[in-house]
Amino acid sequence: MSLKVSIPTPLRRYTDGHGVIEVSGGSVASALESLLQKYPVLKKQLYTDDGRLRSFVNVYLNDEDIRYLQKADTAVKAGDTISIVPSIAGGNLVVG
Amino acid sequence: MILEQDDLPAAWLKTMLIIKKPEYESLRRHGEETYPYECCGALLGTFRESDRVVQQIVRCGNTRDDRPQDRYNIDPRELIAIQRQAAQQELEIVGFYHSHPDHPAQWSQTDLAEAHWIGCSYVITAVVKGAANLTNSFALLGESEDDKRFEREEITVEAIVEDQSVCH
Repeated sequence: MSLKVSIPTPLRRYTDGHGVIEVSGGSVASALESLLQKYPVLKKQLYTDDGRLRSFVNVYLNDEDIRYLQKADTAVKAGDTISIVPSIAGGNLVVG
Repeated sequence: MILEQDDLPAAWLKTMLIIKKPEYESLRRHGEETYPYECCGALLGTFRESDRVVQQIVRCGNTRDDRPQDRYNIDPRELIAIQRQAAQQELEIVGFYHSHPDHPAQWSQTDLAEAHWIGCSYVITAVVKGAANLTNSFALLGESEDDKRFEREEITVEAIVEDQSVCH
């Protein structure tokens, strides 16, 4: 089953500049595994050393946050798009 | 002699943010409109070697309703839509902007800790008593979360030049 993964700007240096990658899989987990098989160097960017998705990495299936679905076990179907979106946040207070 | 960041000569700055005047003014005005709260938005454009060329700015909502005066957050769903919009126009997200109400246009530890778009620009406008003051841009450089850092970069504001060619 073929679906797409949307890669954000900062990670495109690890995907030969591609913003959209075709992957296969029946779940979010297997689709991301398929992505990492193509671009193993992405693993360190997305996961902590103990294999957990980094806290600032949001993964959306189409327009839904997988945290509110079945997380990595969420089923996917052909034509779906998984988006990897690092968070954008900040604010003032302590000046660096 | 220790120089304040603002005193660094332009020649010392390694990267540049290039933006047209209407977009530059619009992002500064956004901070005035949301004052005393922080504004935020995305910069769409292209990468040119180590520089970023902004073609468009996209205003975003600040989801930090709990403390909008000193925090900002962009809804990832909004980012997905912006990323889609950028791709349709063959542009990329090249950076983000936000304001610091009654605070300097310098990055904070919170800004660095929560910055993850390495290779992009983070533009900060100080808004003092409701009026846009200094605007600075910082490139988020490094290879990973472990060695990421902000470096101030030059902002080049391009004026729109009307076509003044005359036929003789």
